[in-house]
Amino acid sequence: MCGTCGCGEDDHITYRKPGEHQHSHDHQHQHGSMAHSHPHDHNHDHDHTHHHDHSHGQTLTIDLQKNILSKNDLLAERNRGYFEALGLIAINLVSSPGSGKTTILERTILDHAKTLPCAVIEGDQQTMNDANRIEKAGAPVIQVNTGNGCHLDALMVNKATKALDIKDKSVLFIENVGNLVCPSLFDLGETKRVVIISVTEGDDKAAKYPTMFESAQLCLINKTDLLPYVDFDVETFKNTALSINHQLQFIELSAKTGEGMEQWYSYLDDLYKHAKE
Amino acid sequence: MHELSIAFNIVELATEEAAKADARKILKLQLEIGSLSGVLPDALEFAMEEAIKGSMLENAAISYNYIPAIANCSDCCNEFETDDYFKVCPACNSTNTFFVRGKELNIKSIEVLQD
Repeated sequence: MCGTCGCGEDDHITYRKPGEHQHSHDHQHQHGSMAHSHPHDHNHDHDHTHHHDHSHGQTLTIDLQKNILSKNDLLAERNRGYFEALGLIAINLVSSPGSGKTTILERTILDHAKTLPCAVIEGDQQTMNDANRIEKAGAPVIQVNTGNGCHLDALMVNKATKALDIKDKSVLFIENVGNLVCPSLFDLGETKRVVIISVTEGDDKAAKYPTMFESAQLCLINKTDLLPYVDFDVETFKNTALSINHQLQFIELSAKTGEGMEQWYSYLDDLYKHAKE
Repeated sequence: MHELSIAFNIVELATEEAAKADARKILKLQLEIGSLSGVLPDALEFAMEEAIKGSMLENAAISYNYIPAIANCSDCCNEFETDDYFKVCPACNSTNTFFVRGKELNIKSIEVLQD
């Protein structure tokens, strides 16, 4: 068993487009930015012949001051440069499971992909369900199944982007694994991080999961058509989120009825115009 | 559960740096973990026990330096320690405050044994 995520040998991270055969997955067993050698690897670091002499070696203190996630961050910067060169804007969509990320994407593709070409990287632990939905909506898509992994990282996005054969001058949506904790730590090279909350969740969500709300630039408040039936107070939510992240922007929308979606599209158009300059 | 991937990142980075110095063993490892780094101390220490097995870090003395978060108030310039994301200034009650410290997730240093 692999120690990084507890996954079994057959539980690789897979990259698949809808319609592709199950076994087209990558056999390189890499865990995102880590690419670690496994503990059961037989290339042990120590010498098995024990022919070292017994005079004690020198000790040396090495001052590193190195960020533990520096490998991920470096690769994220490479992704960022690649996206910039292609004239892409990359949107990292993060939320709890069930907030409506995929529905928002479906609607965006149906309504707006003619004006602004879209491509999608779907991150989930299992299944091709979301990729199939996106394909049906009409955008190129690749599904990353992380197995037991709880987040996407820069290496996964790098590989997925290459496999996606993406057109320049478009929007790349990266739908992260539904999780408000771990994905906040991993820079993917995105242009903007967009956190989504639905009104069926509590309006204290930002207080409960501050790290994610602190690291996002935009917050989409989804399922506003359900506001009359739930206790979610939009102003309370916004004030809480703003006290954590003073710069956070908000768009209230309903991917189901289409209310507020225009505002989201103009946000994307503005980013896109800016990216082209 | 991302602590385990972080633990493996630590082992990988430390091992690479030790190899650059032609070391065969890492004797000490000093980590800096900010209270806002998103890492749970217990989970990381538990994950490290597993991650160091069979590596140059096995048997190394690992010190976890947990760094408290510090915020700065934009209204009254007060600097204060807090772990609360709302970071209300204790001097003037303002929430117009920004974190200046606490997101560290670093390998500070390693002590290695060279041949």
